[in-house]
Amino acid sequence: MPAGFSIQFENIEKRFGMRLALRGITLRVQAGEFVALVGANGSGKTTLLRIAALLVRPSAGTIKIGGEGTQTPRAIRARCGMVSHATLLYDELTAEENLRFFARLYDLPQANTLCAAALERVGLSSRARDLVRTFSRGMRQRLSLARAMLAGPRLLLLDEPATGLDPKGQGWLGRELARLHAEGCTILMSTHGQNEAQSAVTRAIRLEAGAVAEDSGDRGDLGAILSGGASEK
Amino acid sequence: MSLARATGLILAKELRVELRSRELLSTTLVFVLLVLVLFSFTFDPTAAETHRFGPGLLWLAFLFAGSLMLQPSFVREQTNDTLSALRMAPIDPFAVLLGKLAANAVFLFIVELILLPIFAALYNLSILPVLGRLLVVLSLGTLGLATTGTVFSAITAQARLRELLLPLLLFPIVAPVLIASTEVTVGLFSEQPELNRVWLVFLIAFDVVFLTATWLFGEYLFEE
Repeated sequence: MPAGFSIQFENIEKRFGMRLALRGITLRVQAGEFVALVGANGSGKTTLLRIAALLVRPSAGTIKIGGEGTQTPRAIRARCGMVSHATLLYDELTAEENLRFFARLYDLPQANTLCAAALERVGLSSRARDLVRTFSRGMRQRLSLARAMLAGPRLLLLDEPATGLDPKGQGWLGRELARLHAEGCTILMSTHGQNEAQSAVTRAIRLEAGAVAEDSGDRGDLGAILSGGASEK
Repeated sequence: MSLARATGLILAKELRVELRSRELLSTTLVFVLLVLVLFSFTFDPTAAETHRFGPGLLWLAFLFAGSLMLQPSFVREQTNDTLSALRMAPIDPFAVLLGKLAANAVFLFIVELILLPIFAALYNLSILPVLGRLLVVLSLGTLGLATTGTVFSAITAQARLRELLLPLLLFPIVAPVLIASTEVTVGLFSEQPELNRVWLVFLIAFDVVFLTATWLFGEYLFEE
């Protein structure tokens, strides 16, 4: 499997009207790292992730997403997956139709086989032909992860992916993320409270009021930062 | 992936979602049918008046259909933030707009085709002799409505008062389409039916200009 992407945030600022959501964030995420972003609501985690997903243009600063053949935004998007609290799925389509639609948009070869394998991997094969609107929160989250993993991502952006999952679901998510990390995928995950999805995290960064307050990669304590994220809840 | 293939995929998805939910077509059809019936009862036009005012009322009804139908186009994508998923796909961003535009045009055209015979019956107009030319006008007018409507639907989707905002923005911009389409349709229902070429060219020009502008600047509509 090819190595994950590295991300370099350089003096990133983001302003929404009068409110400054991010205040000069400079951060380097190495290829293959599994980074947890913790912090209270409104600390800028989601905005930073959406900037990394190239969905939000920063008001100031630059972002560089590295990796072989990633000169264009389209090439980066082709190998970037995202899971957020919203499912990014169509309720009126079946699980199979959702995956097939995105597989074709990503121009993946053998889309049908790929989708069947993805559904098998997240344990939803038996519900492949059911409408997503009939799924529980946990099932939607599994399908959302299957969609994000379809193209074999080299960068996975997760915005509180454990939201709404029961402990069993969180355990499953933790194992899936650990496996992806072991395969070399770079993972940037915002999290709000300690859960089993964090089991494979290699670095934790605490954001506060749109700035980096603590970084375990910079003499910070990984466990303390993660549990600090929990206490903020 | 080519623009055409990505557009086709998004169009197919839109049609599938609508065929499954039937939210847009059924509600719009009932609403516009009511508008046409109310117009006919309110004005009770004579035969001469029908030829003069009928096309205008018809296009007003289509405009109401458009404003009702185009609103959910991008709002639907916000329910589960699927617009982000589309924006993250490695496709030309214009394909998202074009796929939605094509779907909106198809939905509007279906409503128009169903309403046309009802309109003809209510206003005692004979549409069969001019059907071919009428379809040309309908296609061009619908394309103009769908193009502007899709763009403004994308602009207003994130606004709080989007239900009010879309007609407020759309109606002034789409007024030239309404006027041109009405003028061409009036020409078709006159005693000597003819295609008003000046207004027809105007309609084509409007469609080309707005499609080009959408292609050039459409990407910025999605920026956060």
